[in-house]
Amino acid sequence: MKEEFQAPQGKILKINGICMSLEGDDIDTDRIIPARFLKCVDFESLGDAVFEDDRKDFKGKHPFDLKTNQSASILIVNSNFGCGSSREHAPQALMRWGIRAIIGESFAEIFYSNCLAIGIPCFTLPKKKIKSLQDRSREETLFFEIDIKNIIAFEKSIAHHLELKESSKNMFLSGEWDATSTLLNNIELIERKINELPYINLNKLRIT
Amino acid sequence: MSQNTLFDKVWDLHKVADLPGGSSQLFIGLHLIHEVTSPQAFGALKDKNLNVKFPSRTIATVDHIVPTDNQSRPFKDTLAEQMIDTLEKNCKKHKIKFFNIGSGSQGIVHVVAPELGLTQPGMTIACGDSHTSTHGAFGSIAFGIGTSQVRDVLASQTLAMNKLKVRQIWCKNRLSEGVFAKDLVLHIINKLGVKAGVGYAYEFSGPAIDLLSMEERMTICNMSIEGGARCGYVNPDQITFKYIQERQFAPKNENWARAVEWWQSLASEKDAKYDDVVLIDASQVEPTVTWGITPGQSIGVSQKIPELKELSIDDQFIAGEAYEYMGLSPGQAIKNTPIDVCFIGSCTNGRISDLRVAAEIIQNHKVSPNVKAFVVPGSEKVAKAAIEEGLDKIFKEAGFQWREPGCSMCLAMNPDKLTGNQVSASSSNRNFKGRQGSPSGRTLLMSPAMVAAAAIEGKVSDVREFLKK
Ligand code: SF4
Repeated sequence: MKEEFQAPQGKILKINGICMSLEGDDIDTDRIIPARFLKCVDFESLGDAVFEDDRKDFKGKHPFDLKTNQSASILIVNSNFGCGSSREHAPQALMRWGIRAIIGESFAEIFYSNCLAIGIPCFTLPKKKIKSLQDRSREETLFFEIDIKNIIAFEKSIAHHLELKESSKNMFLSGEWDATSTLLNNIELIERKINELPYINLNKLRIT
Repeated sequence: MSQNTLFDKVWDLHKVADLPGGSSQLFIGLHLIHEVTSPQAFGALKDKNLNVKFPSRTIATVDHIVPTDNQSRPFKDTLAEQMIDTLEKNCKKHKIKFFNIGSGSQGIVHVVAPELGLTQPGMTIACGDSHTSTHGAFGSIAFGIGTSQVRDVLASQTLAMNKLKVRQIWCKNRLSEGVFAKDLVLHIINKLGVKAGVGYAYEFSGPAIDLLSMEERMTICNMSIEGGARCGYVNPDQITFKYIQERQFAPKNENWARAVEWWQSLASEKDAKYDDVVLIDASQVEPTVTWGITPGQSIGVSQKIPELKELSIDDQFIAGEAYEYMGLSPGQAIKNTPIDVCFIGSCTNGRISDLRVAAEIIQNHKVSPNVKAFVVPGSEKVAKAAIEEGLDKIFKEAGFQWREPGCSMCLAMNPDKLTGNQVSASSSNRNFKGRQGSPSGRTLLMSPAMVAAAAIEGKVSDVREFLKK
């Protein structure tokens, strides 16, 4: 790991960093972090294990091993990224390796919400644009300054318009992505709800 | 936007508030936890100085890391021992009910909750495991969550979520002899694709679904997530109610009739609106086998592995990767592919009815000498029922190993693993690269009956030929 790890905190307005490309559709969370690494009671040591089996196969040529990528923090991927197991260990491993934002054609649902919950925005772009970024990032160093409010990645004089769900955007901007305290703000409503649900207080079971 | 579907009704009932960011706060009626995705969540609670808000709404069991050969404590694997120990301590500290090994009710979380009668229509159910979609078979909204969300449910019994769209998958006609729920769901995933379900809940309905038992419906909903849908469900009916009645946590006495009346009111209305509707002809489904590295790469057992040009542009990249990884060639028949390991188990197909079907095929046969075959019951209750029926004997006499309950080689976090580039015939749900414990191991997904047939022949076989004999 490059520097001491610091998890995202509070409002996330901007993410700056070098891009790296990882090609392939349907990259599942078993590949991002193989099951044997789930035998842990904390996430701390996961960063080094990201893509371990794929990296062994590539013998030093895997994107996560290339020298040029070692300080990258924006990952560019293809479609259905993060499908499969719900393990939050997958985004945690990426984050602890140094990834702060992901740009892809599409993301699997649970992976997306796990990323949101730990403060990693997942932006989307059409296939063609992804391809051109991936091609370019292999040839040159792409440095992006991502402005979350306007959902734009600035690269020198170029502005790439990314896509991000409105509700996710608002959560990053407000800090609400770290959801626990927002949810607990409604504690009275929660308590009212539990008394209202037919199956929780069976004596009140009735058709509404 | 969908209207008047079961999904809409259950969602509306559980909505606590609209959150400022635009998502909804959803109350979670039943929270299930296990040893792998909960320790960091309890850790986070401690860091934030929070408590478990409604401990009686959370139920724990242990499944992923348990060894299936020798379950005496402490486990040989010290990391596994540390995980179960952490769960025990967390449950004790927070007064959470824990079905531990030896309790008579331990097992894979998605097998255990239904058989205890915890899973009921109309609930919202969450668990730090993607196959939580299984519980939708009862007409609940059930979905997998990550560890940070486990923390949120523990702290508040709620989650921040965006409402899903609803796709009805109408399955007409009926499955033919030798074709099972597993085949139908593999077929559906193949037809729609592994990412078609992103953003959707899948409603499985139609005559072919109405005919299925609860265990078969669970197999279908279980694999919704492999089609990209976080949640899948079946409308509750008499088959659902009959399954729940008399189970440990089922409503009792005068509450039973009231519960049934309420459950009946939950089903999607005749005039319900869906965001999308897909039609599947169940009578066209063959015993189905995966040949690739995603659950969508499957074919009927009599078919040939597709050529690149037969696939859509989007599917070609991953198909190329699959041919290479699997060592299979386009145009080759899947039938007669040699098998090294046969695994019957998992939350998809490790229930008593799965074991019965497989035992029926295997009876009076022997496992091929080249094959290592084993059965891992989905829970202690499944194991007990199977032993009472003498199924364990049938398997053992045929040359299967009979193991203790757990997830086992579905994800290979315990010592049950493929080695080298072994090929397994597996009744589980994922054929991803390396999924069954060897980075070059290969998995062919199929129904338990097809796994049994493969065990006998030592190669992929058509189970329908066994039924005729
Ligand atoms: S059996 Fe497999 S898919 Fe099911 S919960 Fe266990 S590891 Fe997950």
